[in-house]
Amino acid sequence: MRDPATPGLPSALPELSLLQVHRLVKRFGALTATDEASLAVRAGETHALIGPNGAGKTTLIHQISGALAPDGGGIFFDSEDVTALTMPRRVREGLVRSFQITSIYKRFTVLDNVVLAVLARRPSAPSWWRAARADEAAYADAEAMLTLVGLAAAADRVAGSLAHGEQRQLELALALAARPRLLLLDEPMAGMGPDESARMVDLLSALKAQHLTLLLVEHDMDAVFRLADRVSVLVNGRVIATGSPEEVRNDPAVRQAYLGDEASGTTGATGEAA
Amino acid sequence: MTESLRPRRTLLHHRAGGAWIWAVFIALAALPPLLQSLGLEFYTVVATRVLIFAIAAASLNLILGFGGLVSFGHAAFVGIGAYTVGVLADAGVASAWIAWPAAMVVSGIAAAVIGAISLRTRGVYFIMITLAFAQMFHYLAVSLKAYGGDDGLPVAARSVLNGLPVALTDDASFFRVALVLFALVFLGLRRLVNSPLGWLLQAGRDNETRVAATGGRVFAVQWTAFIVAGAIAGLAGALLANLNGLVSPHLMHWSQSGQLMVMVILGGAGALWGGPLGAAVFLLLEELLSGVTIHWQFALGAILLVVVLFAPRGLAGLVDRSGVKKTAPSSSAAKSKGAAHA
Repeated sequence: MRDPATPGLPSALPELSLLQVHRLVKRFGALTATDEASLAVRAGETHALIGPNGAGKTTLIHQISGALAPDGGGIFFDSEDVTALTMPRRVREGLVRSFQITSIYKRFTVLDNVVLAVLARRPSAPSWWRAARADEAAYADAEAMLTLVGLAAAADRVAGSLAHGEQRQLELALALAARPRLLLLDEPMAGMGPDESARMVDLLSALKAQHLTLLLVEHDMDAVFRLADRVSVLVNGRVIATGSPEEVRNDPAVRQAYLGDEASGTTGATGEAA
Repeated sequence: MTESLRPRRTLLHHRAGGAWIWAVFIALAALPPLLQSLGLEFYTVVATRVLIFAIAAASLNLILGFGGLVSFGHAAFVGIGAYTVGVLADAGVASAWIAWPAAMVVSGIAAAVIGAISLRTRGVYFIMITLAFAQMFHYLAVSLKAYGGDDGLPVAARSVLNGLPVALTDDASFFRVALVLFALVFLGLRRLVNSPLGWLLQAGRDNETRVAATGGRVFAVQWTAFIVAGAIAGLAGALLANLNGLVSPHLMHWSQSGQLMVMVILGGAGALWGGPLGAAVFLLLEELLSGVTIHWQFALGAILLVVVLFAPRGLAGLVDRSGVKKTAPSSSAAKSKGAAHA
């Protein structure tokens, strides 16, 4: 699944891209938060989106997931133009996101949370007559998802009473319960301690091993370089480089605009590019 | 592998007392003969009134309590149902089999239109827009000079249930018909609340973004609930037109919507017994206090204040203590609790 294709030319490989973001524009008054950003995520890859604070990463994720409408450009998922679709429609197509700020049902149990996600994702309209509690298929799905993220033992607890790290695990379980074909992860390690982060990286590695396509926004560079097959760098609302972690690390524009000392620090001497 | 998870605990399922519901229905059915033997026949009419408002409040609770959508115009649907029966009676249609379903359909259609517009807003805007729609219907009724305008439209005769050995002109029979309809509404709402649709409705109250982010049809779910609630309120209106022998614009006045909200909050928003309990306590207190003083609303207000301060989950929350553990942080305690939320 690692593909040494030419970096920076995603449009040359449209048939391989599960997600294609084409010259997306989003303005907030005088501020252009997304400035003709283009991005291609191939089926099966883990694609990291990095960039300094304020680069517009979350704004871009909002537009891809359908929470924000772009002012220009287009979003194509599995060769279909989804730019005008609502968020729930995109989710049912398989384009699912997780949130940087945990978004769970705090007043219900952990198992309730995941069952609700399974029920919400169903392609057919929800029944208003059958008892949801007797929906064994939904419960089987939900319980499998909790086991996957390691929360099976907490199934009966009220979600709001979970520790922060556990809530992040639940957040991931809810996204997975929606059966993504492409999962947008907005800082899954946000606010986590080192142990919790390590567990989340293991969890994401397991998803990667199952060839789930991931678009990962993350500040933790160790995690990014461990997980990502390809990395795109967003600066001032533009994607300035895309390539393998090595290529991006060695890209002079990236080094200048973003990575700076951090890249030299983590990689040691990487040679003089240009 | 998942054996340890059973029996599953859920805070979404509402049992509403389970089999005890039937005991309540049977006890209520025995009320008219009991009142008669005590020489208190007048209270049969009061009890019928309680049942009708129990139906209306239960329907409001579906959207207000379970959906978290504070609709301040629910009396409009009660009024539209009542006017449907009144207008049909005026045209010579006395059959309950036609007039009552017609009331539900007309109210349901009104709810579909109002809901389609109102549900695009949230919070204070939703409160205001539902209130505005209800007031619009109120003034529409005032302007209907052919149907009595401000004075309202007398309903000369009670609806006729052709084919059934009951005459609504008999107060005890009317009570029993209202009780059967109340039971059907209550059991139907219990089914709805506990269905996938009902669960997603409750989910939207807790975190609407999350429902949408997992693919849920937030609008469709809330709209369905809004229409069902409107149609049931229309049925309450049909019964009220028969009980009062009069339909008037006052039925749709904002104060009537406010009264239904007070009933739901008093009884317990988001609890199946909340609406009926609130309607019963509100109307019985009104009956009791208004006999003592003309300032009965002052006393009622004080009682409401006490309930809101000391029983934030309403009277139904006092009876059902199971939800109190909702915030229990201990995982071992939570794990040992297998029982479902009542």
